This record gives sequence, structure tokens and C-alpha cells, in this order.
Amino acid sequence: MAHFEKAKNLHDWMNQRLAIDTLKRVLQTEYWIPKNINFLWAMGMVLAATFGILLVSGIFLLMYYQPNVNTAFDSVNYTIMSEVGYGWLWRHVHGVGASVVFLIIYIHMFTGIYYGSYKKGRELIWLSGMLLFVLFSAEAFSGYMLPWGQMSYWAGMVITNLFSGGGLHADFLVEWIRGDYVPGQAFLNRFFMLHVLLVPLAIIGVIVLHFGTLRIPHVNNQDGEEFDFAEAAELYKAGKVKESKVIPFSPVFLSKDVLVMGVYFIFFFYLVFYHFEFAMDPVNFDPANGLKTPTHIYPEWYFLWSYEILRPFSTNVGLIAFAIAQVIFFTLPFLDRSPNVAPASRRGAFKFWFWALLVDMIVLTFMGKLPPQGIWSTVGLVAALTFMALWVALPIITSREKKL
Amino acid sequence: MANNTKGRRDFMGMALGGFTALGGIGALYAMKRTWDPLPSVKAAGFTTIDLKDAQDNVLVTEKWRGKPIFVLKQSKEMMAKTTEKTKKRLIKIGDSHYLVAVGLCTHLGCIPGYNPSDESFLCACHGGMYDATADVTKAPPPRGLDIPPFKIDGTKLVLGETGPEYEKMLADGTTLAV
Amino acid sequence: MKELKIFGIVAIFTLVLYWGVEPFAHSQMHKHVEGHGLVYDGTADVEECKADKKDSKKAFWADVKKIAALKGDAAAGEATYAMCAGCHMEGAVNMGGVTPPSLDHAGAIYDKNFLIALIKDPAIATNVDHKYPNGTMAHPMGSISTMVTTPQDIANVVAFLQAKKAGEVTPKEAFTEACGRCHANRYGKLTQLGEIPKTKSNIKTGLDIDAMKYQQKVATEQAALADYLGTLPPDLSIMIRARSEHFLHTFIENPQSSLPGTAMPRTGLNKEGMEKVFAYLEETGDPSKPLREETGPKVLLFFLIFTALAFLWKKSMWKGHH
Repeated sequence: MAHFEKAKNLHDWMNQRLAIDTLKRVLQTEYWIPKNINFLWAMGMVLAATFGILLVSGIFLLMYYQPNVNTAFDSVNYTIMSEVGYGWLWRHVHGVGASVVFLIIYIHMFTGIYYGSYKKGRELIWLSGMLLFVLFSAEAFSGYMLPWGQMSYWAGMVITNLFSGGGLHADFLVEWIRGDYVPGQAFLNRFFMLHVLLVPLAIIGVIVLHFGTLRIPHVNNQDGEEFDFAEAAELYKAGKVKESKVIPFSPVFLSKDVLVMGVYFIFFFYLVFYHFEFAMDPVNFDPANGLKTPTHIYPEWYFLWSYEILRPFSTNVGLIAFAIAQVIFFTLPFLDRSPNVAPASRRGAFKFWFWALLVDMIVLTFMGKLPPQGIWSTVGLVAALTFMALWVALPIITSREKKL
Repeated sequence: MANNTKGRRDFMGMALGGFTALGGIGALYAMKRTWDPLPSVKAAGFTTIDLKDAQDNVLVTEKWRGKPIFVLKQSKEMMAKTTEKTKKRLIKIGDSHYLVAVGLCTHLGCIPGYNPSDESFLCACHGGMYDATADVTKAPPPRGLDIPPFKIDGTKLVLGETGPEYEKMLADGTTLAV
Repeated sequence: MKELKIFGIVAIFTLVLYWGVEPFAHSQMHKHVEGHGLVYDGTADVEECKADKKDSKKAFWADVKKIAALKGDAAAGEATYAMCAGCHMEGAVNMGGVTPPSLDHAGAIYDKNFLIALIKDPAIATNVDHKYPNGTMAHPMGSISTMVTTPQDIANVVAFLQAKKAGEVTPKEAFTEACGRCHANRYGKLTQLGEIPKTKSNIKTGLDIDAMKYQQKVATEQAALADYLGTLPPDLSIMIRARSEHFLHTFIENPQSSLPGTAMPRTGLNKEGMEKVFAYLEETGDPSKPLREETGPKVLLFFLIFTALAFLWKKSMWKGHH
């Protein structure tokens, strides 16, 4: 048994048992963040806050949602929306949150790409982050099934059909995933389980991993500068806060984080109360009908770029292209052959690569929403090919990059 | 901490924290309202029972708010055994008297069984007993069976609504509010 | 400042993304249909119909205009209306697929020209005559031309409707009369047969026979409707969120413009009728709207103050750091 002394006060009592002072130092007051950062560095906390909001609103929706094909739609659109006290608020918050979280995820991702925060010791931060992207995608997809509207049903039908593997005709796999020949009760119940239990647990676990992978390399800075954190920390602790290149996470960085979050919440709740149709598509307010496909089926906006890579090609080619697109981002730290950790603006050809990728993904997003006809399908094809070309080009242009 | 402010209070931080807590209270209020019983549940809390076909000493069980309701028409013999106190438990419609009570033992909630030959209720869980007016005659139940709010409408009773007869029962302590 | 520039870039890309995915894409997916300001004079009908029908339709609506100019005698119309009441009454029976709707507020919610056209030839008035290739007498109400024969008769009946079958109408009544014979609204507890009655389960079996009997009657009615129309008209409980307001407005005014070939007849609602029907659709489909509009400003104000306080806290924490 370790030695314990009579505690002087409550703080001392807690400290002897939980080492709260050490925890506070390591995680907050002596967790050093570079000063040379901008508001984009707060996106991680914004994501954590949004995930928290989704969790809490989800808890209250879960009190009334019924995962049964006959009652699901009305449990959401009647019971929760009109009978439950503030049920409409949780539903709007949850729907808008699920969409906005992806906006922040993409901003967070592209910030990482722009500043080179995925290499030289930070590979695991990037990989765990991409894993979170995949998990959030699974969470969003499974959640979208639950209201059991027309879009829920047909998105479920189309996406599970992907697993037939085109020419492989692996129909048994599709039926196994669904638990039935078509999306029905079995399908709804298991995706309910995924959405409410399994995927959230996985997300929480990987978030912890993501934070863990961040601790040793420390957060990047706007110039990609590598400096001595210990030295800067000493300067700060000596009182030379202006000269030091770092600030403590708490309370200094946190105060800026909270300010960014305040601005974000104004934007977020404006959408929740006044502008939510983008997140709650009208097509999903028609109850699911297995005998009638809507005139236009499309996934939620954050999946459109991916969807458009699938569409322009023949079945098997499209599936292969789609599969590549899902995993290609994981390979970024390894395809980028340059040792430079710097903002894209200073990395020569990589600057063009970055903006080309961003614009290309936006074009893919637009095309994924539009009906695949006429000029739109041509533009979509070009954009999909450009996507592939950009990734092929990446190792080439980065291996030629001048060392900074 | 910023600069050499070791001793100084973080007023802005406390102000922000306090204001955020106010928002938290708002959120907690919304959460509490979400937990409230739904309007359709509260609206369904009304049952109409028709007493005109009831027979002497034949227990009929109805349902109100998910609970069993005992309806027992008192025969002349049963009426003869009532006292001034126990008579107050009955509902008089025309010349007939009826027991209408929530069929859950006031001890711990089991449903007592009725014995017509004995004109008494026996609760199998812990042996509590009630007479034909559902007044308690043997421990452990602390009081007679509770009487639900009712309103007389001809030969019908609307459970869930209140009328003057029920108000009187509440006022003189014949029953507790259910 | 650099941060403002970065924020500007992020904001611009986000807005462009929103524009492409929402307003732009939707404008490409749904062709814009112009409304006609609830004027029922056959303009759209003539524009959209097949070439061989254009002349007869023009003539029809010209006749309607002539009848509208006649002075209607409400008292005489009441006598004629007795023939209508034979089918349009409480407890009416299903006639070849549809149960005739109540006309209790017909004078208040339907347009005068539409009413005239409807009595003259229901199929042409409601713009579903293309569904009766063998002649519009086949319409369930087709035989009316044998009962209300002269233009003056028509003018009289319409005058009667506007005088005696008008008055204050609630949103629910407007919906029930104009839409309720074909469209259920389960959130409003309405079926094609009217309001769902309260029933009680048998306490011994746990089954509610009266509810089952009612459901059977509804199912029979729905089957007749679906056979006659080709498909069961959708439940309108949440239609206000399943389609845009513009679409609903133009669709109800002239279904053929938005969904050519549809079996849905024009309803002939006037401005008040349309408003009342929309009010009911919002009642069942978006009942939280008033509370949402009330709570929104309060929440936004909270976060505005929160952000201001956060800014002040940030400033105090960062003093001397820059």
C-alpha cells in the first residue's frame, strides 16, 4: 500500500489519490501550443463540441424513436416533432449538426493538408483522423436510415448494392449485410444498433487515440517551424510570455478556442432555427416505399464528391475508382515525397496541387447532386479523372520539391 | 496564467462561466420537458364505464390509465353491513350503491382477489384484506383501496374527470388523490 | 489581418459549396412552374393540352365567362341544389371510386368561375378530361349536365352556394372539404371517411373490434380510390415539409402543370380556401413552427452575448502575449 498522509484540505485529499495537480499540468497549464497559429487550429475543439451536441440531442431522440419499419417515420415526424416537449429542437439540432460536422471535418482536413500537418512524426495524427472520417461517415449513413423516409430506403438500397462488387455478383453478401433481400426490418434494426452503440463507441475510442497521437509531436504551426518546446516552455514559465513561442493550452489557448466556438454556435443555431432544409431534405419526408423510386436520389452533400467518382464509369471501373477514392487520403503522408513541413503557399507546385484538389472536389460535389445528363455528366467525368490524375501526380511533384 | 497575475481573480472567466451556466439551465429545462409524459398519454387518461348492467356482488374489472379498476355493485345484504364511514366510500346512482376503486393494494401494488361468498378482498402478496366497500380490514395495507377521480353522467362514470361527489370524498379523507 | 483573410477564404468556399448543392442543383432538377394567381380561365389548360383539344377548351372557358356575367338567383338555385344534395350529403356513398365531398363551405373556399365550370363539365373544369377518352360523361359527376341544364341554372346554383354555403370556415373544414375525400391526414386523425372515432378495447381479449371495423371501412374506401385513380393519393400529414411551398401552391392550382398526366383533379380553391388549406397543412406538418420562431431569437441572443464575453475573456488571457 502506498503511503498516504492526513489531508490538509479537499484539494490535497484528491491530489494524493488522483494526482489532479499533475494531470492539470500535463493536460492543461503545461501542455504547450505554438503561438503562431490561427483560428483554423480551433476546428478540432469545434468538432468535439459538435460531437457532444450530437450525442446529447441523440440521447433525447433515442427516448422516443422506434426502430420498427411501421412506426419509425411517425415516431420521428409525429411523436418527436409535435408531441415531445422540445422534441423538434433535438431533431433539428441533430439533423443540422450531422451535416455541419462534415463541413468542419473537411475544413479541419484541408487545414492539415495545407500546412503539412500529416508528416514528420504526425502521420498517426493524420491516419487516426482519417479513420475518424470513415467512422463519422458510417455514423451519418446509419443515422440517415433511421427516419425510414424515401431517401433512407433508397440510399440504403443503393449503397448496400455496392457490395455486390459489380461483375462479381456477390448478391449473397448484399443479402447478408441487409439481413433480408431488400432493406426492411432486419436492416433497420441492425443499422440502429450501429448508429446508437457500436460506431459511437468506436468514435470515442479513436478520438482518444487521435488526442494521444497529438501529444508527443505537438500541434503544428503556421510556418511549419520545428522548435524546441522545452526551451520555449521555460521562457514562458519564467514570465517572458511575449518572447516565448508557446502558450499553455489552458487557459490561454482555450480562451481563443471558446471565442471561435461562440462564433460557430451563432452560425450553428441560426441554421437550426432558420435554415435547415439543406440538412433535412424534403424527399425524406415521404415515407419509405419499396415500390417507388424518387425521381432524384442523391446522398447527403458530404458524400457527393465520392458518389460522383462512382457514377461516370461502367460498373466495375466505377467501383474500383470509388474504392480507391475512399482510401487514397490515408496514403497522403506516404505519397508526399517531400520532407518540407510548410504551408502550401511556400511549397512550389504543391500549392497548385492543393487548390486544384480543393476545387476539383467542389466540382465533383456539384456534379454528384446534378442529374447525370448532358454537359453535367461530361464535367463529372472530367472531374473524376482529374481526381485520379492529381493523386498520381502527387509523388512526382513532391519528389521534385525544393528543400526549404 | 497571463503575466504575473498569480494572485488576481479571473473575472472575465468567471463571468463567462456564469453566463454559460445560465444557458445550461435553459438546456436542462428543455431536457426536463422532453422527459414529460406526452399529451396523447395524458389525454388518454379518461375512461367511461357504464354501470347499468352491473349485478349485485359480481366484481367487474375495467381499465383506467393502465390500472385495473374494481366495480362492485353492493347487494342489500352488503349495504346492511356498512357503517357510516364505509358508506362514504360508495357511489350512489339512483337506488344502487357501487364500489369503484383502483384495484391495486395500497401496501405495495399487487391486485387483490375478490371472494364473493365472503364479500371480501384478499391480497395474496402479504395477506392484506378489505371488506366489500374496499375499506381495509387486515394489515399490512395502510388504507382502503384508492378511489379514482370520477364524474357521474347518468348511469355512466367518467374516470379521470372530477365531479362534486369525488371532491367530497377527497375533502373528508375517504380517499387520497390518485 | 491575416486571420480575417483566411476566414474570408473559408467563408467564400463554403458559400460557393452551398450555392452549388442547394439553389443551383434544385433549379436544375425541378423546372419552374408559373402560378396563375388563382385565376381560373383555362389559360394553362389550353396551353398544355393536345392540339386537337385546344379549340373545344377555349370555347368551354369562353362559355364559363359568359355564365359568370349572368345574375344568379340564389333562391332558385336552392331548389336546383336539392339535386346536388342527393350525392353531396352527410353519409354519402362512394360513387364509382370517390365519395362526393361536403359542400358546406363551397361558396367560401372555391373560386366562382371554377364552380361554374365544374357544374358545366366536371372533367374539363378539373383538367382531367384526358382521362376520359370516351367522353366526359363517364366522370362520376358527369351526369350533372342532365340535371343542371341551362346557363341560368348554373348561375343560380353558384349564387346559392356563395350566399348560403359560405361563412366562416376553419382550416380543418377547408382541408376536409377540398382534399379529405381522397387524401388522409393521419397526424390530424383524419381518414378519407372523416375523423377517426374513439373506440375502446375489449378488456378481456385486449382487442378493439370497433377500431378494426372502422379500419376495414377505410381500407375498402382506399381500395376503391386507388382503383379509380390508379394509385392511392398520398397522406398529406407532413406534405408541407415534403414539397416546397411554391410547388404545393402551383400544383394545387393546376396539377397538370407540375405532373402531366396525373389523376389529381384541380381543386378550384380561391385565395381564402388556399390559405386555410395551407394553414391546416402547417398545423399537422409543422406544428412546432410558432415555438421555433419564438425560441430562435432568444438562443441567438444568448450566443451573441456568450461570444462577446468570450472575446473579453480571450483578451484578458492574452494580455501581454502578442
